[in-house]
Amino acid sequence: MTGDLPRFIPHTADDVREMLAAIGVADLDALFACVPDKLRLGRALDLPRAASEQEVVRELAELAARNANAESHPWFLGAGVYAHYVPAAVHALASRAEFYTAYTPYQPEISQGTLQTIFEWQTMVCALTGLDVSNASLYDGASAAAEAVLLALRATRRSRVVVAHGLHPHYGDVLRSYLRALGTRLEWLPRGADGRSAPVAPALDDETACVVVQSPSFLGPVQDLRAAAEAAHARGALLVVVVTEPLSLGLLRAPGELGADVVCGEAQSFGVPMSFGGPALGFLATRERFLRQLPGRLAGETVDARGRRGFVLTLATREQHIRREKATSNICTNQGLCLLYATIYLALLGRVGLRKLARINYAKAEYLKRRVRETRGLSLPLAAPGFHELVVGVPDSGAAALERALDAGIVGGLDLAGHEPELGPALLVCTTELATRASIDRLVDRLADRP
Amino acid sequence: MTEERNDGEAPESVANATRGLAWEEPLLFERSRPGRTGYSLPDLDVPDADPAAALPADWLRDDLPGLPELSEVEVVRHFTRLSTWNAAVDLGLYPLGSCTMKYNPKVNEALSRLPGFAAAHPLQPPALAQGFLELCWRLERALAEISGMDRVTLQPAAGAQGELAGIMMIRAYHEHRSEKRSIVLVPDSAHGTNPASAALNDYRVVAIPSGQDGILHPDAVAAAMTPEVAALMITNPNTLGLFETHIAEICEIVHAGGGLVYGDGANLNALLGIARPGDLGIDVMHFNLHKTFSTPHGGGGPGAGPVGVKNVLAPYLPVPAVRKREGSEGAGFTLDYEFPRSIGRLHANFGNVGMFVRAWAYLRSLGPDGLRRCAEMAVLNANYLLARLRGEWHVPIDRPVMHECVLSDHGLKATGVTTLDVAKRLIDYGYHPPTVYFPLIVHGALMIEPTESEPREGLDQFVAALSAIAAEARSDPDRVRTAPHRTRHGRLDETRAARRPVLRWQPERSDS
Repeated sequence: MTGDLPRFIPHTADDVREMLAAIGVADLDALFACVPDKLRLGRALDLPRAASEQEVVRELAELAARNANAESHPWFLGAGVYAHYVPAAVHALASRAEFYTAYTPYQPEISQGTLQTIFEWQTMVCALTGLDVSNASLYDGASAAAEAVLLALRATRRSRVVVAHGLHPHYGDVLRSYLRALGTRLEWLPRGADGRSAPVAPALDDETACVVVQSPSFLGPVQDLRAAAEAAHARGALLVVVVTEPLSLGLLRAPGELGADVVCGEAQSFGVPMSFGGPALGFLATRERFLRQLPGRLAGETVDARGRRGFVLTLATREQHIRREKATSNICTNQGLCLLYATIYLALLGRVGLRKLARINYAKAEYLKRRVRETRGLSLPLAAPGFHELVVGVPDSGAAALERALDAGIVGGLDLAGHEPELGPALLVCTTELATRASIDRLVDRLADRP
Repeated sequence: MTEERNDGEAPESVANATRGLAWEEPLLFERSRPGRTGYSLPDLDVPDADPAAALPADWLRDDLPGLPELSEVEVVRHFTRLSTWNAAVDLGLYPLGSCTMKYNPKVNEALSRLPGFAAAHPLQPPALAQGFLELCWRLERALAEISGMDRVTLQPAAGAQGELAGIMMIRAYHEHRSEKRSIVLVPDSAHGTNPASAALNDYRVVAIPSGQDGILHPDAVAAAMTPEVAALMITNPNTLGLFETHIAEICEIVHAGGGLVYGDGANLNALLGIARPGDLGIDVMHFNLHKTFSTPHGGGGPGAGPVGVKNVLAPYLPVPAVRKREGSEGAGFTLDYEFPRSIGRLHANFGNVGMFVRAWAYLRSLGPDGLRRCAEMAVLNANYLLARLRGEWHVPIDRPVMHECVLSDHGLKATGVTTLDVAKRLIDYGYHPPTVYFPLIVHGALMIEPTESEPREGLDQFVAALSAIAAEARSDPDRVRTAPHRTRHGRLDETRAARRPVLRWQPERSDS
């Protein structure tokens, strides 16, 4: 070790000497006698030398400064990760080290803070989805969708999956990755004329384990979940509903009440920083009868030796550390800290605030729609109503329109050329509560190429 | 309660904590009062719009009674009180074996919150994300150097997803060579995620027994090696804290049989700057940024599980990959999706990016010498604990260890005190218990990983607490068997929770 001791390691030279003596070895090298010489590295790692705290801050701040972000630009890019206002209390509370420097609550007597929070999160997810049981989170919306499909395959013992049009393309990619080894047949439905998926009923057969429907869809439209549920149930299949913008559930009926058997997706919108899409917050809820098929951790209520209410991780016999290769999933760590963010966020917004906020997001998108309709050169190729995100047809190309917006300092949305080329030149544009009327007006002008 | 306090008091001379006020706090939903709110919304600057004008009434929500109604101050008090019920690394020793609960530097948290990281979007064009892409590129290269692997993907969201990615790549490799292999070998000391990840890839898992000395022997691997074997998954150092001395020969046996070797990187902390998995014969491995590279464990996650591979598996890496542009392409970094043999995506975006920022800050803070110092002090701490505990505690496999040591409750048999009781009694002394009943091959295991973060006197105090508990087990076993006594909650009834699952709050039930 040259120079100063790393500040994260307390050992002084005296400590090391005395500890080595207590162990009965001559030097630090002797501690590694079990590593055969020929397997040792025998040189220093070729990495940049250690930097002081202020140097590290300068370096990383310089990297951060080269990333556009929703605080530096008016932001209309969503597509599964959403820019929302996060109240200061969320960060302040989630920054308590008692939460973030703890681990999985294996020892419930000294983990009640984490456990009660999980229990509260599970309760909120049930309320939002209209289902009976929620787990304690999964990695992200995409892996949650994959886990939901795996659940349906186990529960029905069938091997075919029908995916309605409008599943986030990256979720589709993750689904393919997860299912490749299992030989599951995936069928992808086309888009209907109004932007919703083509009806699912004709695609179903008696080998279909589930129908996967994202609503609002990747392109924005709210899908007909009741029709999908009826069609799925008529063939003994489950309906898996994927939600990438859970704020929409402040406005839309709980999918469980419309017949969904599993509701899963991404809850980053609930107070979790966008952070280039991760860490995110996958959620998954289902009906009571599929409880034993749930992947991931679960917190449950119980009592202690003195009869006092408390919470524990429960039904662990589903999990890899007990069941090993027979587990419902291989997941171990989840997204506990993100779950904390979301639970605090939802507690602050509450019963009324979440619905109001959802309505604000909806009203902003309706305003954008109106402005697009009024503007020569722009169009609304999809007629079906949505929540806060919509497809806007532009006069030349999506790339050129985004470039014009960026010239005005605006991140204008997602170019759909790579995703839905048959829509013609078009963008996917999202308006959250952060979008001001003035910024929407400015965006519309730039997309239409008006000065 | 007076009686209980006296009964449960830990001797002050060795305790790491004493009694304080334990705050009471109901569930959010029980605190709720109609009309309260903790959020202020701006006035609508566009015309209001009624969704019922566009969407069927049946599709709309009219209320959300499951969410609470609370003011900001109530929410703040609620979660602040809840936080006081947790043990945490910032409060003291948290020696969970194989979890590497090291200190999480504060500057890493501050840097991850810079808007250029925290408020940035995964789909913004690469030209607007050059700092992020450069950070990924640098972190990938640093992890490759540390591990001796050729290429690294940062995408897997946790170690278990890294295992899944690694086994997917192994499967794709064999398929590309038109080989049908159906078995993955996993030592009996492995983490449960290993067999679960193999099974998710439709592999049959065959367990390999560890030797009497706690490590894997070449003959056991050779005996299991058939043309059906796709891979061996191995953790080195293993979950007994032992270096797999025969690793090179074992890898040769697997390779000679046409298989590949997966390295579970959970215990990489012990090897930093000492030895590299890639040099030992490992073909693919995951890193746990939340273990080895100090990103916080977050009450159960997020982790981050980057995967390193040898060139032979590089064609199968997930997409997208970060690429540095060269020559006529211009300067800067870009995203590359052109991998026809890729296993595809595992994450909706790039993985747990916030953890990349923290891990990179950590690597910059330590440098090569500091990283090696981590391994040395972690191994020093584990061996020091073993040396001090050996006399009083049963050590099932008593050999020099790396980053962790494993005790058992064997010596307490006559007292009726078990590993679980010892763990719960440690709580009274102010410690988070070690990992218990794992690895499965040790009956009544206590798996202790102190990490490099703990000073010597902290270890001495922990040894004194364990010593006091061993004495209590003989003099007053009931006190140990009914622990913890000093916590807000006594021992919780896990059987009841599983038998009658109550997994959410419901108003009607609470009224009864």
